[in-house]
Amino acid sequence: MKKVLVCLFAAFMAFALAGCGNGGETSSTGSGSTALSGSISTDGSTSMESVIGALGEAFTQENPDVRFTYNPTGSGSGITAVTEGRCDIGLSSRALTDEEKQTLTETTLALDGIAIIVNNSNTVADLTVEQIAQIYTGAITNWSQVGGQDGEIVLIGREAGSGTRDGFESITGTEDECLYRQELTSTGDVITTVSQNPNAIGYASLAAVDDDVKTLTVGGVAPSEETVKDGSYVVQRPFVLATRTGEDLSPAAQAFFDYITSSDAASIISQQGAVPVN
Amino acid sequence: MADGAAKLKPESKSKKDIKNLVETIIHIIFLVLGLVAVGCVLVITIYLVISGIPAIREIGIIDFLFGTEWASTAADPKFGILPFILTSIYGTAGAIIIGVPIGFFAAVYLAKMAPPKVKSVINSAVGLLAGIPSVVYGLVGMLVLVPTIMKVFNVPDGSSLLAAIIVLAVMILPSVIKVSVTALESVPKEYEDASLALGATKTETYFRVSVPAAKSGIAAAVVLGVGRAIGEAMAVMMVAGNVANMPSLFESVRFLTTAVASEMSYSSGLQRQALFSIALVLFLFIMLINVLLNMLLKRQKEN
Repeated sequence: MKKVLVCLFAAFMAFALAGCGNGGETSSTGSGSTALSGSISTDGSTSMESVIGALGEAFTQENPDVRFTYNPTGSGSGITAVTEGRCDIGLSSRALTDEEKQTLTETTLALDGIAIIVNNSNTVADLTVEQIAQIYTGAITNWSQVGGQDGEIVLIGREAGSGTRDGFESITGTEDECLYRQELTSTGDVITTVSQNPNAIGYASLAAVDDDVKTLTVGGVAPSEETVKDGSYVVQRPFVLATRTGEDLSPAAQAFFDYITSSDAASIISQQGAVPVN
Repeated sequence: MADGAAKLKPESKSKKDIKNLVETIIHIIFLVLGLVAVGCVLVITIYLVISGIPAIREIGIIDFLFGTEWASTAADPKFGILPFILTSIYGTAGAIIIGVPIGFFAAVYLAKMAPPKVKSVINSAVGLLAGIPSVVYGLVGMLVLVPTIMKVFNVPDGSSLLAAIIVLAVMILPSVIKVSVTALESVPKEYEDASLALGATKTETYFRVSVPAAKSGIAAAVVLGVGRAIGEAMAVMMVAGNVANMPSLFESVRFLTTAVASEMSYSSGLQRQALFSIALVLFLFIMLINVLLNMLLKRQKEN
């Protein structure tokens, strides 16, 4: 009995090894035809994670010899990293400042709507930008003041330095004035917290919002691909690729850059909930 | 024969030399390995001091330590960490007030009263509690404890100092229980026998004889709990709300640890330097606790 088992095991191993050999051959011929290898490193905005992750996956599927890395550190860190040459492409979920533009080139990859989210049990369906600003600065403190049920509004936001917070506060004109009840460190935490508290309001990247929370319309406009692209949904921000001005990208990084800014990548970007501009 | 003996001698000498050499080499290897730990502590200390001092100098030590407002990315940035320091102290104190009595009585029960079967069950449960990753404590706190606090105390949001205190109290239980049990079990049996022989009941014996005899060990357990509570970041970050308010039981608060952890990833410039300064303050707190712990453990040994 034991001998039979050993034989079977040996046979299985032999097949498995043969399988490995085959796999190796096909992949090497595949790379031979495209002849693209090397590494592409990206660094920056955590809000762009799903978009850049999907693009990176699609690109490495076509070019298996290319090593793609994405370091989710935040817009500020990404811009610093690309300025200091620690990565090929910096990812920023805000437009570059004039100071940053002196050394970096900005290419808008996509637009992202920032969704205003409340708990599913909340009866409020629409707020204006002014109302949102008043809620976050403490002028409005109860849901009944904006047509909802009685309940103290609980303000959920992101930590200082987050691209989403920066985007939200600059669009609503509430910089440094928001009276947050909670400052959380990720989009997922914001969504979970809002889904747990019936009186909570929060903001999150439109790409990340799911059915656990209710998305409000702003000034009567629901956030969607069309309304973000035509500008009628006003709470939106750009997803920016930052590259060093006057310095060529490596061949692999250049190919990746061309690919993600081409119309081929548009469907992948919109699948992730962002709005492609190319 | 004599010839043979003369041949043998130098051989055994060289063998001895080789043995000595091997001994020395092994000694050096172990010395280097031992120094790795010392080196790590030194590197971390020096790095923290070097990177923590500039921001304190720029902000001013009084403004930094006693400033009540933290707004690191505002147009007019403010770097006062008093809210974090007080929150860490209050949070740790709260966790000790809740966690130590539970841990202490559990330890007395385990060390002195529990039947062997019950003891082994509780012991393995405590071991498991120690092994649960802090992020799991945070997650359960976030999904169960926070909504419960919201309902029970009828507050708009349950993420608060209270939630953090409860999570920390549970997290320090294993270290408090284990160290206390060890201290209680090492009390010489003769002490207890003498007390029992004099007519004291078992309970009287445990609380009047065993516990006083083990008091420095139990104090060490409490200090270890303080160290664990003050250094915890992940679980606290998920339940405390992380707003830089002055501490209050139902207010959203930020600890020293979470102040560093929550802003580090996006920080730059003076903000980043200030975060290192917070880490330095936290480090000093932990050092102080360690010194205290060592003193207590020494005293226990002398006893």
